[in-house]
Amino acid sequence: MKKVKALVLRTAGTNCDQETCLALRMAGAEPELIHINRLKEAKGGLNRFHILALPGGFTYGDDVASGKILANEIKSALKARIRSFISEGKLVIGICNGFQVLVKMGLLPGTRGAGKFNVESSLGLNDSGKFMARWVHLKNVHSHLGGERKKNSPLAVWTSGLPEVISLPIAHAEGKFIMRDKDTLNVLEKGEQVVLRYSDPTGTMYDGHFNPNGSENAVAGICDPTGRILGLMPHPERYVSFLQHPNWRRKSCSQEGIPPGLRLFKSGVDFARKHL
Amino acid sequence: MVRKNTGKIKKRKKIGQVKSGTSSFARIEVRDRKGVYDAVAENLKKDIRDLGIERSVSVEYSDVYTVRGSFNHVAARRMAEEILCDMISQVYVLAFSRSKVSQKKGRHVVEVAYNPGVMDPVEASVVKAARDAGIDGICSVSTSKKYVLIGPLSGKEVRLISEKLLYNRVIQHVVDEKEGKKEPKPYEFSRVEIPLLKASDSQLKDMSVSLQLYLDLREMKAIREHFRGLGRNPTDCELETLAQTWSEHCKHKTMMGAVEMDGKTVRNLLKATIMKVTSELNRPWCVSVFKDNAGIIRFDRQHDICFKVETHNHPSALEPYGGAETGVGGVLRDPMGTGRGAKPIINTDVFCLGAPDMPASKVPKGALHPKRVMKGVVSGVRDYGNKMGIPTVNGAVCFDERYTGNPLVYCGNVGILPHKFATKKVSPGDLIVAVGGRTGRDGIHGATFSSAVLTHESETISSTAVQIGDPITEKKMLDTLLKARDQELYEAITDCGAGGFSSAVGEMAENTGAEVYLDKVPLKYAGLKPWEIWVSEAQERMVLAVKPHKLKKIMSVFSSEDVEATVIGKFTSSGKLKLYYRSHIVGDLDMSFLHDGLPRVVRKAVWKPKKQDPVKMPSVRDNYTRDLFKILASWNVCSKEWIIRQYDHEVQGGNVLKPLVGPGNDGPSDACVIKPLANSNKGIAVSSGINPRYGDIDPYWMAAGAIDEAMRQLTAVGADPGKVALLDNFCWADTEKPEHLGGLVRASRACYDVAKVYGTPFISGKDSLNNEFSTPRGIVSIPPTLLISAVGIVEDVAGTISMDVKEPGNLLYVVGTTCREMGGSQYFLARKISGGVVPKLDPRVSINIMKKLFRAISTGLVVSAHDCSEGGLAVALSEMLFAGGFGSDVCLGDAPRERNVNRDDILLFSESNSRFVLEVPRGKKTKFESAMKGLPFGFIGEVSESRYLAIRGLKGNIAVRASLDQLKKRWISPIPEVMNEES
Repeated sequence: MKKVKALVLRTAGTNCDQETCLALRMAGAEPELIHINRLKEAKGGLNRFHILALPGGFTYGDDVASGKILANEIKSALKARIRSFISEGKLVIGICNGFQVLVKMGLLPGTRGAGKFNVESSLGLNDSGKFMARWVHLKNVHSHLGGERKKNSPLAVWTSGLPEVISLPIAHAEGKFIMRDKDTLNVLEKGEQVVLRYSDPTGTMYDGHFNPNGSENAVAGICDPTGRILGLMPHPERYVSFLQHPNWRRKSCSQEGIPPGLRLFKSGVDFARKHL
Repeated sequence: MVRKNTGKIKKRKKIGQVKSGTSSFARIEVRDRKGVYDAVAENLKKDIRDLGIERSVSVEYSDVYTVRGSFNHVAARRMAEEILCDMISQVYVLAFSRSKVSQKKGRHVVEVAYNPGVMDPVEASVVKAARDAGIDGICSVSTSKKYVLIGPLSGKEVRLISEKLLYNRVIQHVVDEKEGKKEPKPYEFSRVEIPLLKASDSQLKDMSVSLQLYLDLREMKAIREHFRGLGRNPTDCELETLAQTWSEHCKHKTMMGAVEMDGKTVRNLLKATIMKVTSELNRPWCVSVFKDNAGIIRFDRQHDICFKVETHNHPSALEPYGGAETGVGGVLRDPMGTGRGAKPIINTDVFCLGAPDMPASKVPKGALHPKRVMKGVVSGVRDYGNKMGIPTVNGAVCFDERYTGNPLVYCGNVGILPHKFATKKVSPGDLIVAVGGRTGRDGIHGATFSSAVLTHESETISSTAVQIGDPITEKKMLDTLLKARDQELYEAITDCGAGGFSSAVGEMAENTGAEVYLDKVPLKYAGLKPWEIWVSEAQERMVLAVKPHKLKKIMSVFSSEDVEATVIGKFTSSGKLKLYYRSHIVGDLDMSFLHDGLPRVVRKAVWKPKKQDPVKMPSVRDNYTRDLFKILASWNVCSKEWIIRQYDHEVQGGNVLKPLVGPGNDGPSDACVIKPLANSNKGIAVSSGINPRYGDIDPYWMAAGAIDEAMRQLTAVGADPGKVALLDNFCWADTEKPEHLGGLVRASRACYDVAKVYGTPFISGKDSLNNEFSTPRGIVSIPPTLLISAVGIVEDVAGTISMDVKEPGNLLYVVGTTCREMGGSQYFLARKISGGVVPKLDPRVSINIMKKLFRAISTGLVVSAHDCSEGGLAVALSEMLFAGGFGSDVCLGDAPRERNVNRDDILLFSESNSRFVLEVPRGKKTKFESAMKGLPFGFIGEVSESRYLAIRGLKGNIAVRASLDQLKKRWISPIPEVMNEES
């Protein structure tokens, strides 16, 4: 079977790198944890990978704004290499701080194409004004598309294996998704680029208590127009074993199959294996 | 949440010439654009209302960056648009001159900046970002926060808001229009000797105070005699080194000293009690106890774990955020500096505070309001722990008025390390390498300051003892240290904590000798005197011993990830500590005098049980539902979710028992369980026992109860009580006073007595004495406070249980006897009764219960368990049921009790030790009951589908009846309400 290689990028303040490597490995990929300085030194470096993962953490202390300084660094030093990486159809995932980085360098949502590095959205301070760690329910938007046929959207690259509603933990202070304006938000929705929305346990209600940070349209995760670049605030790498669920001891917590966090990684890795 | 726009926001505008020209100064103000909910401003509005200013005030908040260097205007605009301003959600204002602050009527501008010398971690990040983006000519960046208060406020009100909410003068100031940046002057060397030889005793005393040495006369005299023998005066460096090394903080003079009590003298209190139990128990899994920066025990065949808890009380009193932050940062460096370095995996945090709803008029002068302290310490722990990527999973909060001026902040950390790295060795010839952050004037005299009594003037005297942390510098250092450790590139490591280099190098070189070149130490800014460099407690620094032939390799590990490391000296075989500044000798001390020259003191201790009038029990009621509500909503008992959720308790992915459990994720866990290794189901459980209210009555039983509580919590989640290690953290008032010291002796004796029977060794500990706050009306002493932290090993985390009830039809049991022990109880507190009989315990009975319960849990006979502590059985039952979402109708009269438990309130609320409430599957009834044979236990009722709790009293009467929602609401809402948030 083809080996899927994943680069897990780290720098000062990255702190979910080990779990992200573990999740990728469990999903069948071969992860390599690489410091950004090594990537900047080497001319190539990115070519041999199929997946680029930006893990959670507080890169550069979230100083100025979360993800901003790393986004700026990647854009300055690695722009051309990232552009060729994504033009080859390779996959990118940014989790929490990684999502903040993707958004702030303009790789997401990329409504006019991710390669343009056009900043269209942001992730700002939660409406509560503080950091929050809790489990949330997420509506898997792409599973519902196609109405009766219950067929996944072609954009469901990372989420093809997920049920309609999943639960995952969030842990962030700056996760409020904001689009540049109403029009671009409409473009994002029309283009089916919203992948995950904070919801109630049934996946029907999105607002109030269920939206933990005040995100526009309860957006928890988005993808680029190809579906290959995914950014999300919740942490799939923290739910790759049922023991990680807060209520695995209760019968109401199903322990069949594999946990949704791992499924997400598997969907991406399987896609990479098939298409790259 | 309601979204509102705050006031008028001007359109983005640019002041000055932007198109061309160069500048040495630019000021960039960034704020949220119109239509974006500004959480900072909105929360501030609530806090202003809280101060009693009811008039409508709106707030505009901006981050201000002042950029200096030599740059063109295009560069300045790029700074703003590419780096500092989020062009989606924010707008900016750029100016090239310091604009006059417009104090228009009804528009009050308050701009807050850090004081000179205070760490501002953002500066370095912004400079890096500019460099990355290729923006040239940026030399330095400083930050400030600008608040515009809009509304009809008087000058006095603006000052009140500023002082209470916007800044803390210990670390910050309100920016003045004329303020410029002064470059610190470089230091010009001059050798300073302190004229000790000819000083009289009273002059010695004065010197100890004026130089902030906080040594007593006997110690000052010992130093004078030593230098008389040498025929010279000590240098400033030498005297400072001695003061740091001999400080209570570093040397534990009281706990390690001789105490006379009841006509008998104990030569070393710690060795006679807490350390004695460890050596007598001699558990084979103890690897290193009371030696290193943290105690080490075995985890599995390859790994050890280490555990340390520290206090950071005095800094947190003056500046809660920075104090707690650096408290966490400091305790993390303990495991990092244990053996040859452990990886921190669990944070614990315990606070003792004044009640957050205290009326402002009751807050003593010079003390911060408890609510501000609480917000500050929680934010500090949050920011440091979260940014380091270490789950903060366990803690407790105690509230008592006496903690208002002197709050307690305990920070703890568990680390994991390969067993082969559990030891370290320094050899002559090894290089002394300083790694991590730079040295500044921050934190000078922290070690000695911790021995001083806090007063309303402390903030002016000791402001340099308080610092702001820089977690990312520590994280970078940790990442590279673990790499260097795994390649075995260094021989020994320790942290720069209290006393800075003086303590770190002094300790490492105790058996060798050392030479240090103070001018080699990298500084944050110029102007530091040699002694300041030597004792500065600047954060995020560690010291390594490196073999010369490995130097190149280790330096490249650090530089590859932008971590600064510098050779500052070498270890020698001279038995002397020699300090140099350039070519000058500024210190030359014998290691033997430094470490053993401290005069031994015999302190007097007395213990007299408080004379108590027999307690008059409160009037009997038919129904105690109201009392239960009151206790559930009391500060000590109510939900701490507001705190817990601000901490990332799941980073590293190993948390398998969360601090909040149940279908609503809101029931209070007894302990957390972490599975640290991906390929093994072995786990670590951590808990904490603390109850200062018992200490008021008798510190002996407070200590016994704290150990029991910590052990009960571990047992309740399924950890093996036979493999638990303990830490002691004493926080006491001034132990020069014999009656305070007497309490300390009693508490220490209890630690010995109980731990001996339990078979639980102490592996590390720390004490913080002198926790007093001096007010014009007299000294306020904290209640005697002992925190017991426990760490247990779990063979298979899949066998652990949580406290929420699981299923209707299951059976509820109480194990352990309820006694008439209402002293210090939450019930007495609620009914305003003092005194009474404090809960005692028979350790033999208690450990027997815990061992049998452990076996029952590990064989699947129990599906949920909850430790019974503050608020007694009624609170434990309520919590289990509302956490699980099922009700019950229980007969509490069927729980085991002593004969004199003849009232319902005693049965409901007594806080007797050694008790658990358990849920047992119906089908396991017989097996469970035979497993409990020989123990006091009773079946009290069944879990039901109903959403009600009914508790029947001694006569079968309904003593409590309430819906789960009512109970839960009482318990959940107090802290969110006092913080003005929705629960």
